[in-house]
Amino acid sequence: MTSEGLQISKEESGIIVSPTKTITLRIFRYNPKINNESKFDEFKIPYQRWTTVLDAILEVKKHLDHSIAVRYSCRQASCGSCGMKINGRPALACFTKISELNSDVITIEPMNNFPIIRDLAVGFERMFSTHKKIKPYIINEESEINPGTKEFLQTPEDVEKYIQFSSCIKCGLCNSACPTMATDSSFVGPQALAQAYRYVADNRDKGKDDRLKIIDDSHGIFRCHFAGSCSQVCPKGVDPAMGIQLLRGYLLGFRD
Amino acid sequence: MAKVDENKEGIKGMVNPTRYGIERFAYLLMRLTGLGLLAYFVAHIYETSNILRGKVGWQEFLAITQTPEGHIILAIVIGMSVFHTVNGIRVMLGHGGIGVGKPARPDYPYAPQSQNARHKIAIYSSIVLAALAMMYGLAVMFGE
Repeated sequence: MTSEGLQISKEESGIIVSPTKTITLRIFRYNPKINNESKFDEFKIPYQRWTTVLDAILEVKKHLDHSIAVRYSCRQASCGSCGMKINGRPALACFTKISELNSDVITIEPMNNFPIIRDLAVGFERMFSTHKKIKPYIINEESEINPGTKEFLQTPEDVEKYIQFSSCIKCGLCNSACPTMATDSSFVGPQALAQAYRYVADNRDKGKDDRLKIIDDSHGIFRCHFAGSCSQVCPKGVDPAMGIQLLRGYLLGFRD
Repeated sequence: MAKVDENKEGIKGMVNPTRYGIERFAYLLMRLTGLGLLAYFVAHIYETSNILRGKVGWQEFLAITQTPEGHIILAIVIGMSVFHTVNGIRVMLGHGGIGVGKPARPDYPYAPQSQNARHKIAIYSSIVLAALAMMYGLAVMFGE
């Protein structure tokens, strides 16, 4: 088919072909196993209206530099693997379209407040350990897991109290945006605090006192100053800042 | 080595108000005004301690504050006090879980309830009130 024929067939089929544009990606490069110097490598790549930052990074890996280290998995904002700093703000690379950034140059860096493994890949060990520390599970001696034992019934209103916070995918964006975490290496962080609220608000759980003791620490909940940046960057609408303030309400006696 | 340890932005990142909306800007102003008021408190204790030098010593020191520079500093102190008080009430209520919204199943596009319109209005109000108080203070001090 001639190019003219192809054009006609596209017009007849009603398909609108978006023009391809070019973007410059500035990708942070750092490998502590080789040396302590970091740098930015620039790549020009074509993109479409629907191209995500993760698509662009994978395009670079495929055609220009396969050595870039990046963690990703689901590509649909469900696994929480591809958190990174995009133009200075923490975001999921798979959930950020290049066309939304309104910039000809996109700077991609690893998330702050996490140790860098290499390039854009960061270590989650500390976040997972603080998450584990707040006992992220239902504490109740009566179990509904064992057959023949009690079944816990909840009303839709009971579920509404915590369901928002159970959407956390542990991507770490909230911890990366937090101004307290920027200076305090021991702060428990918004991710773990919001998850503490998720279990405290669950009426099946009996571990409220245990959790409140854990977070009522010199580097615990009172280090949060309600800047709200965690909620601004959360890709799942969890609103950690709300959970933390509600949780503090329990400690201050505003809630039972 | 900071980079490998935590890759923290440090104070530079903490004080950068440009990325996360008016709430982060209010957070920065709250910290700065807190530090400013602490500095004023120390200076005020020093100033008033001059009364121990007697009436002449006290009046000599008081004259230092009755200059255009002294009036501007006092106007800034008035602004800091008003902002810190009004925004402080917002933050204290929020810390108790008051006015931060009610948990609910989130719908896309997600708008955090804890950053609701009441908070934004309170932040803008505290800035406007601080500005008005400063202007009133300047009018009184320079209008003599």
